Amino acid sequence: MSTYTPPTWNNKFVRWFDERLPIVTLMHKELVVYPAPRNLNYWWSFGSLAGIVLVIMIATGVFLAMYYVPHVDHAFDSVERIMRDVNYGWLLRYAHMNGASVFFMLTYIHLFRGLYFGSYKAPREVLWWMGVIILFLMIMTAFMGYVLPWGQMSFWGATVITNLVSAVPLVGGDLVRWLWGGFTVDNPTLNRFFSLHYLLPMLIVAMVMLHLWALHTKKSNNPLGIDCKGPNDYIPFHPYYTVKDLFSLGVLLLFYAYFIFFAPNFFGEADNYIPANPMVTPPHIVPEWYFLPFYAILRAVPDKLGGVLAMLSAILILFVLPWLDTSKVRSATFRPMYKWFFWAFVADCLFLGYLGAMPAAEPYITMIQFATVYYFAHFLVILPALGWFEKPDPLPESISAPVTSQA
Amino acid sequence: MMTIVKRTLVAAGLATALVGPALASEGTGPALHKQSWGWTGIFGGYNHKDLRHGFEVYRQVCVTCHPLKHLYYRDLMKIGYSEDEVKEIAGNYEVQDGPNDDGEMFTRPATPADRFVAPFANDKIAAMVNGGAVPPDLSLMTKARKQGPDYVYNLLHGFASDAPGEPAAWWLKEREHAGEEPVFPETKYFNDYFPGYAISMPPQLHEGIVTYPDGKSPSVDQMAHDVVSFLNWAAEPELESRKTMGLLTLLYLGILTTFLYGLKKYIWRDIHH
Amino acid sequence: MAEAEDNISILGKEVPRRDFLIYGSTALGVAGVALTAWPFIDSMNPAADTLALATTEVDLSPIQEGQSITVKWQGKPVFVRHRTDREIELAKETDVKSLRDPQADDARVQQEPWLIVVGICTHLGCIPLGQKPGEPRGDYSGWFCPCHGSHYDTAGRIRKGPAPLNLAVPPYKFVDDTTILIG
Repeated sequence: MSTYTPPTWNNKFVRWFDERLPIVTLMHKELVVYPAPRNLNYWWSFGSLAGIVLVIMIATGVFLAMYYVPHVDHAFDSVERIMRDVNYGWLLRYAHMNGASVFFMLTYIHLFRGLYFGSYKAPREVLWWMGVIILFLMIMTAFMGYVLPWGQMSFWGATVITNLVSAVPLVGGDLVRWLWGGFTVDNPTLNRFFSLHYLLPMLIVAMVMLHLWALHTKKSNNPLGIDCKGPNDYIPFHPYYTVKDLFSLGVLLLFYAYFIFFAPNFFGEADNYIPANPMVTPPHIVPEWYFLPFYAILRAVPDKLGGVLAMLSAILILFVLPWLDTSKVRSATFRPMYKWFFWAFVADCLFLGYLGAMPAAEPYITMIQFATVYYFAHFLVILPALGWFEKPDPLPESISAPVTSQA
Repeated sequence: MMTIVKRTLVAAGLATALVGPALASEGTGPALHKQSWGWTGIFGGYNHKDLRHGFEVYRQVCVTCHPLKHLYYRDLMKIGYSEDEVKEIAGNYEVQDGPNDDGEMFTRPATPADRFVAPFANDKIAAMVNGGAVPPDLSLMTKARKQGPDYVYNLLHGFASDAPGEPAAWWLKEREHAGEEPVFPETKYFNDYFPGYAISMPPQLHEGIVTYPDGKSPSVDQMAHDVVSFLNWAAEPELESRKTMGLLTLLYLGILTTFLYGLKKYIWRDIHH
Repeated sequence: MAEAEDNISILGKEVPRRDFLIYGSTALGVAGVALTAWPFIDSMNPAADTLALATTEVDLSPIQEGQSITVKWQGKPVFVRHRTDREIELAKETDVKSLRDPQADDARVQQEPWLIVVGICTHLGCIPLGQKPGEPRGDYSGWFCPCHGSHYDTAGRIRKGPAPLNLAVPPYKFVDDTTILIG
């Protein structure tokens, strides 16, 4: 691994500026010559794609906030005004609305890529933590954003989810009232959700910076999961991965644009086009698709506090994952058993997602309970045990070795 | 790469296969008769003549009870009415304005810059006049129901009887089958498509109730079709510009992505992995 | 590297594949980003409902001679003054050449009794006094801006003080004898 020697900048102003604030050198080091494993596949594009969608979300959000009115009497109408009277308001709003779904899709794929290729293992535990914190902040932001249009799903989603806090022993009731700023979800709640919905993305940006810092400290994992051993294993980030990520971005935008322009309400619920009515609950309360697995786990436990704890644990368990997985091998490519358990886990999560959308009745409850037990067993039983039972396939010598031997 | 895609699909398939038997729906009432609406599909758009006819149905029938509060009279210019026509249409309605310099509220004829005038001053009056049920605002109706356009179209057709308290034969048979007492509210109308079947609104569309500008009296089916088209436009007035812009965007992104793919191939030509 | 053979032909011209791809992608990308910026910028322009209220109708019949009313047009105050004969005379006999912003009275009114001007001082945007009885009307019986002491005459022209221009005359038309439409 060669050490970085900053180039001498030819442009006088650039040189003058860079001596005082070495931002050009930083960009050069981290985005141009940054050494990346030569074998990253397209699953490694999803992190930067998610970052770009974060920027799109912030941009559209800032402009929407210029017209949105966070008041129970005006919120719904102000969104409709954006849709009808504000120039390109419909575009900003649909891009923001569908952007949330796209953001979660990319992030989930990014997360499962990490699970498959063991990207959470030493020395990248802190990098992984930053990612889990980003996911947590995203969940909070998305939940509060969904409340803002003040439709029926907004209101009742907010009611149901804030009521989770009442499960806290002794102070639960006070805590919920504190959260609401009233006796129900009402104007103060809407106001603070708007304020926080604007704040949290800034924290996400900060966490993304830390995520990248940690990444560039220990460098990317790769599909083989082995450490890079020499200059032959690396290629510079630019132009190789810039162009690869740009191509991925083109494909992503095609997908994203299709939904914005031709199926803008595909991920939404019809009920949210009915203004919030605190006196009538819609017959089926369903969260957005990206919350469904967690929502299912919430309903797995017949006890209020237990359900909330189970749901929180489903995310929190990711923090200790690097120590629950006892296998020394990172990539599932060389783990004949883990490979199958990984796909079983993917199926379990999708199944939980499906169950989360079903009514809270039998046979769904029993199914949810099995799926939830499996979810936790994957982390608490299967992963620790696999490290003992599984006999990994032999690892290649180096990243460039299998290539040269095949050729 | 492909194997991973395949496996994701297999995993998804497995998840659905597991729950296949549980998918059986609640299955009551007749299914919606699906219509083919001109605005669906990526090239879809509105027929402005249908929209104007639908507006005639709205203003001759629905307006008695249903607001359309997200629309302004000026919006009608987007479906082919001239400014003078819109002024005349708006002038038929009275809006409350004020207070004037004497501190009093007064009414004046509506202008194109006014919202569609609601039939009732507030929900309480609306409920009182309509036997306790508030006629919902229609400006987002086709978006606020699952399969909205088909739902509204079928609802307008779906009455079992012109008289209240008379349920459909299939429903009575079903109750009999289940061994239940067929109780249906005396004052409500039976509608196949309304959730719970008991709707407060009597059947509205009858032959001869509406006259189109050409002097013809449309059939019930024609009226239902036109008013649903109009309501869908009311809910999604941006639809046409959205789709035009969407096609251009996809075209542009398609070309850009092709270029980027070529560039990626070119730059990576010497890297094997 | 043997680049020479890696050419593609565009409109009969040989172009290196590399250049074609790089310049093509860059041009497309830059154009795309520029076009994407437009919806964001345009969203900050006045919305359709704001534009729809861009005109104001004023009924002149209740305004007595010598009286003024203030109406709101596009969020700004518009002064409508029913001038007395004396005020019209004052406005007409002024030597146009001596004015800072030379404009004859008949260039500023459509019907002599009715002076309609935007009530915003052309200096720094304050609203001049002189609409209500008892308010100071300045040295020229028109309006007086209290912020920095500009004096306007009975045709709304600047006569004294720091303001550079006469009070603006908004676009308006007489719909009938007693009604005007501003905007």
